Amino acid sequence: MLAEVTHILPVTLIRRERMLPIPGRVLVRKGQKVSATDVIAEANLNPEHLLLDIARGLGLPEEKADRYLQCKDGMRVAQGDILAGPVGWAKRVVRSPRGGRVILAGDGKVLLELDSPPFEMKAGIPGMVIELRENRGVTIETSGALIQGVWGNGQIDYGLMFVLVRSPDDTLTTDRLDVSMRGSLAIGGYCGDAEVLRTADSLPLRGLVLASMDAALVSEAARMRFPIMLIDGFGKLPMNMAAFKLLTTNERREAAVNAENWDRFKGVRPELVIPLPASGDLKAPREVGYFEAGQQVRILRAPHKGKIGTLVALQPGINRLPSGVQTKTVIVKLENGDEVVVGLVNCEILE
Amino acid sequence: MPISLVDAESLIAIDVGSVSTRAFLFDVVDGRYRFLASGSAPTTANAPFNDVSEGLRIALENLQAITGRVLLGGDERLIIPSMPDGSGVDVVAATISAGPPLRVVLVGLLEDVSLESARRLASTTYVRVVETLSLNDRRKTESRIDAILRLRPDLVLIAGGTDGGASQSVLKLLESVGLANYWLPQENRFEVLFAGNQKLEAEVKATFGRLGPLHIAPNVRPELGTERFQVAQIQLANIVRNVRSQQLVGVKELDNWSGGGLFPTATSFGRAVRFLTRIYDSAKGVLGVDIGASATTMAAGFAGELVQAVFPHLGLGHGATGILHQATVSEIRRWLHIDLSDDDIRHYVYNKALYPNSLPETPEDLAIEQVMARLAMRLALREISPGFPEHSFHYGPALLPWFEPIVATGSVLTRAPNFGQSVLMLLDGIQPTGITTLVLDQNHISPALGVSAAINPILAVQVLESNTFQNLGTILSPIGDAKPGTPVLRVRMSIDGGSETSMDIKQGSIEVLQIPQGQEAQLSLTPLQRYDIGMGGSGRGGRLRVRGGALGVIIDARGRPISLPHDPARRRELISKWRWILGC
Repeated sequence: MLAEVTHILPVTLIRRERMLPIPGRVLVRKGQKVSATDVIAEANLNPEHLLLDIARGLGLPEEKADRYLQCKDGMRVAQGDILAGPVGWAKRVVRSPRGGRVILAGDGKVLLELDSPPFEMKAGIPGMVIELRENRGVTIETSGALIQGVWGNGQIDYGLMFVLVRSPDDTLTTDRLDVSMRGSLAIGGYCGDAEVLRTADSLPLRGLVLASMDAALVSEAARMRFPIMLIDGFGKLPMNMAAFKLLTTNERREAAVNAENWDRFKGVRPELVIPLPASGDLKAPREVGYFEAGQQVRILRAPHKGKIGTLVALQPGINRLPSGVQTKTVIVKLENGDEVVVGLVNCEILE
Repeated sequence: MPISLVDAESLIAIDVGSVSTRAFLFDVVDGRYRFLASGSAPTTANAPFNDVSEGLRIALENLQAITGRVLLGGDERLIIPSMPDGSGVDVVAATISAGPPLRVVLVGLLEDVSLESARRLASTTYVRVVETLSLNDRRKTESRIDAILRLRPDLVLIAGGTDGGASQSVLKLLESVGLANYWLPQENRFEVLFAGNQKLEAEVKATFGRLGPLHIAPNVRPELGTERFQVAQIQLANIVRNVRSQQLVGVKELDNWSGGGLFPTATSFGRAVRFLTRIYDSAKGVLGVDIGASATTMAAGFAGELVQAVFPHLGLGHGATGILHQATVSEIRRWLHIDLSDDDIRHYVYNKALYPNSLPETPEDLAIEQVMARLAMRLALREISPGFPEHSFHYGPALLPWFEPIVATGSVLTRAPNFGQSVLMLLDGIQPTGITTLVLDQNHISPALGVSAAINPILAVQVLESNTFQNLGTILSPIGDAKPGTPVLRVRMSIDGGSETSMDIKQGSIEVLQIPQGQEAQLSLTPLQRYDIGMGGSGRGGRLRVRGGALGVIIDARGRPISLPHDPARRRELISKWRWILGC
């Protein structure tokens, strides 16, 4: 059966496509090195328009007004430029109230697209631009440690990692955050207090990576200006051992957090990248796989939610879970040596 | 109705769902069409594939393995038509629900007239309304343009103006839509569906024809008191197909296999329900309920007329958090038979949304999931029922009209550990009135039958008659007003060639009278306390023949709407008792 793969890797090749939703301008060159927060492309995602009634401005009927137009579709105009006129002894004209581009001119009207700040797309990960797609975006490649999360608040940033989690089931409290962490990226365990998020914002932190968070804090976390990423989910869940080991052994390294919302259709999810020099021939990890004995898997549902183990065997036929639901099951050997039977759909490959 | 084997065509119905892709094989056995087998595989619509072909191929391979019939050729394509050696298939019917909901801007003249019609039309398929434009909208043209461009819709659906009615106001609204589409690059232009004042058709064509895909349908609101969706719904289905074809590799090929007849799963589910209203020829309606991971779909058919809505915010997977936006955590807790905290429930819901395909491992998770299903049904019915015909309500708009049967599908119902749990979810979620039959579509075959009915109605009829669906039981829900514990219905049941049972049903109770599967029984019903059982008015009873389903006859006298005790311990005790009675 096809299986989702979550990556928690000490060193790997990471390749990410960063594409604008509509055509725009790519601002980087092939081969250019970028940081996570560098703007790599821009587009006018939120255009601002103005529809000017030229006929009214000139005091003429629509059909006559068009004769006095001084602009054409696509023309750039500056604030104060004459769009139409002059008309009559008073030399009535219509001027552009702001700089912009003429979208349509005719039928006694001019539609202007006003100059407005474009949407700036950030690189998301530090690395090198290896491919350009004209007007749409780029592919960035880097090597380093990769930890994929399950939830993010949509922000991107990078900073020096402060590992505040002492054990996988640690809880992050406000007293663990202080000014020495300003501008850094904090790694915590479980967060169940909105005050922790507010304190992090006031420092400010450049990012907060948590094992888990109380779901009641989702809207508060979504409002924060710095990236927040959850590695394991909602509720008081311990950090999985693979992520815990990887993060604690990389303390005080620069890392980038792209806390994008998990969107399986687009193939994006929150992730933390710790850039590390590549040694040897690295390959990009696979995105999907097939379940096989010997694989490392993470269990997705209670009572073993978040636990990591080795897939021992896929059981034949359909079996009953403790809930009574019948489905395909697998035997997983947990890190403590216990063997448990769980639903196949309740596992994901971890590599 | 036996049919000639010479004329018979084998049919594969393919459904590309958000989680699974299924292939159903139908062919003639002993002179009648039968559902033979199905093969399924995980849908490969998500990245990195964004290509439904892989899931489709595996589903067909599984079907090949199950049936031993060669379906795929050397090029891994479906063999159409069937070959003399028995390989391949003659006809393909296809449905799709995979992919994110379409982002839709609705345009209408008046909020509660044409815009409401546009909203109802849009809700018949997988859409999310991101903006509405109407006469009440005081924004300038340019602000409307900016709003449309900011939201980047897949579709702008225009209703408005009765036929021969207002035209200038509609054109004024359309100006912003046209200019927004003009601004967009060719490849990003949205689809436009015009289903308004037909007098404007020429002008609409002149405005939008050059700007991108334009679809024209008859006015959905030709007169103030009339609503017509049928043709517009087909156009909407075409638009969903266009958008999906652009988003997902493999959809075009699937559409070609089906002769250009690929439909949204929800549309086909609605067709199946409408088809059933013709077969049952009943004065009652037919209700269809599909509780999926990505959406809950409700379809109610009344004498060939269909009222349908898809609720992407009420799915049990990604949509699970949407249910929390409409129902509080304590509402979920009220229906639980076990004591769980608000936090437990909230965390379950948010984690389920992260892994929509996952299944409950523990009894606690299962209990929450089943309560979520109840609430999804309650909320969906609350939204759709104002669209039911007025004459269909026998007990006022607050209670459900009579339906016969109620067809339910969706993994939460079909995977429930026993039929008692499926029945209790449906009774609590739908709260039927009068006499009805609960039918479970265990294979999620009804959309396939809906789409097949248009190609081969005999197939649909014969498959429906062939016990493909699981009869869960006959439901008697007496309606009236008496104190709990008061006898409200006297039931006498004589099983053919067997025992006779008699009992008085008390208000507030739920009882089960078992009939062995396949056997029939005669029911004699006498309402007490002027209760209405749906046999001609208050206090009127009568005789009824019923066929044994999974649970037999279930008499649900818990009242409508069901009222739960305020005291948590008493409430849990009562729900546990209901579960015990139904064998949950």
